[in-house]
Amino acid sequence: MIDFFKKLFGQSGSSATAKERLRLVLMTDHIALAPDMIEQMKRDLVDVISRYVEVDREKVEVNFEQEDRALAMLANIPIVAVNRPKGGDGEKTERTEQPEAVAKTEPPQEETPVATASPAVAAAPNVASPGAHAATNGNMAPPKRRRRKKSGGAVNPKPATAH
Amino acid sequence: MHVLRQTQDENQPQDAAAITGARNLGRAIVITSGKGGVGKTTTAANLGTALAQRGARVALVDADVGLRNLDIVLGLESRVKHHLLDVLDETVTLDDALVSDKHSDTLFLLAAAQTREKDEVDTDKMRALVQQLRERFDYVLIDCPAGIEMGFKNAIAGAEEAIVVCTPEVSAVRDVDRVVGLLGNRFKPQLVINRLRPQLVKKGKMLSVDDVNAILRLPLLGVIADEPEIIVTTNKGEPIALRKDGQTANAYHAIAARIAGEDVAAPTVELKKESFLDKLGAFFGGRRS
Repeated sequence: MIDFFKKLFGQSGSSATAKERLRLVLMTDHIALAPDMIEQMKRDLVDVISRYVEVDREKVEVNFEQEDRALAMLANIPIVAVNRPKGGDGEKTERTEQPEAVAKTEPPQEETPVATASPAVAAAPNVASPGAHAATNGNMAPPKRRRRKKSGGAVNPKPATAH
Repeated sequence: MHVLRQTQDENQPQDAAAITGARNLGRAIVITSGKGGVGKTTTAANLGTALAQRGARVALVDADVGLRNLDIVLGLESRVKHHLLDVLDETVTLDDALVSDKHSDTLFLLAAAQTREKDEVDTDKMRALVQQLRERFDYVLIDCPAGIEMGFKNAIAGAEEAIVVCTPEVSAVRDVDRVVGLLGNRFKPQLVINRLRPQLVKKGKMLSVDDVNAILRLPLLGVIADEPEIIVTTNKGEPIALRKDGQTANAYHAIAARIAGEDVAAPTVELKKESFLDKLGAFFGGRRS
């Protein structure tokens, strides 16, 4: 029925497909073209995550990948230490051996790319996860869609070092 | 917009050498697109012709070294004796290399070298040459090669403004978007949408002017319909802008007027509505030329 009306009003043409393809391809192009924006986003991302865990700023990697028709952001944020407030004896830091959290997100079909930084959390056995959920800001639409977490790959928790 | 340049006196000099004298610098405009085959050369030839028909002194520079075509579109191939690289190499003077147009007294062509390569062009020399041309002409239109490599860089080197030509296709729009990004703010790029087929747009089978410019967001200089007559004029080497009338010729003249700073009505998509007679004519295969 809807198709019938679309046909009737000439909206079912391939120009709609062209428009959509163009929109997607340019989104990818623009992200590749705006290193400034990526740097800024990286900083914001790290700033937010740093509120919960100590990350290695030098080794943060943010990449974009085309997945099917959507664009995905891959953030690789090595965590140096987890700040864990403990009862009365102040803040304690658990040192972990480079647990890397990979946050992967896909933007919904919207004009602006959406980045959801899924929690960069080290899943060290004796370290309670702070459960940080951080979303990048900037021109970002609300985070949604699936997340893939590949966390706590090689976790060799060291003895806790207090600061 | 741009200030309307004073047009010259009626008795135009026949010789390029005669075009001298202390005047303001002309405007150097590069015609580019990124993608090949969208009609840069045809646009350059027609805009050059249309501007010259207005009395302006125009130099057309074919920067597509190795794939010379502008001379063909203008019908000047038999007159070309020297080319751009000869001038840059200083083996001939600029005056020797400038070819006067058959139809427009104030139009001159500096052809590209056919048997040389794009990276043989020295960017600084190219810039100096365009500057030299600006001293003598009101407009220096540079026909840029496809691509974004050395040929593109050389073509834009001396220019200060840009016209980007785009067809209503995904690939062309993407490439224009890229080129505009590369040009940056310096060139104030303006858009010509070429080869639009209103009938297809109406049926939703082709990107519309609005679709294209919703993405590119450039000042729209003009819209040219996909018109079989363009092929005929190219076959003959007589740019369609030589005609006093007709939809496409008018569209080029309107662009020329807009370039010259005239406040011409905004380009519309109100392109030719196929009349009953047209359909009838097409049915009987009645095609001119």
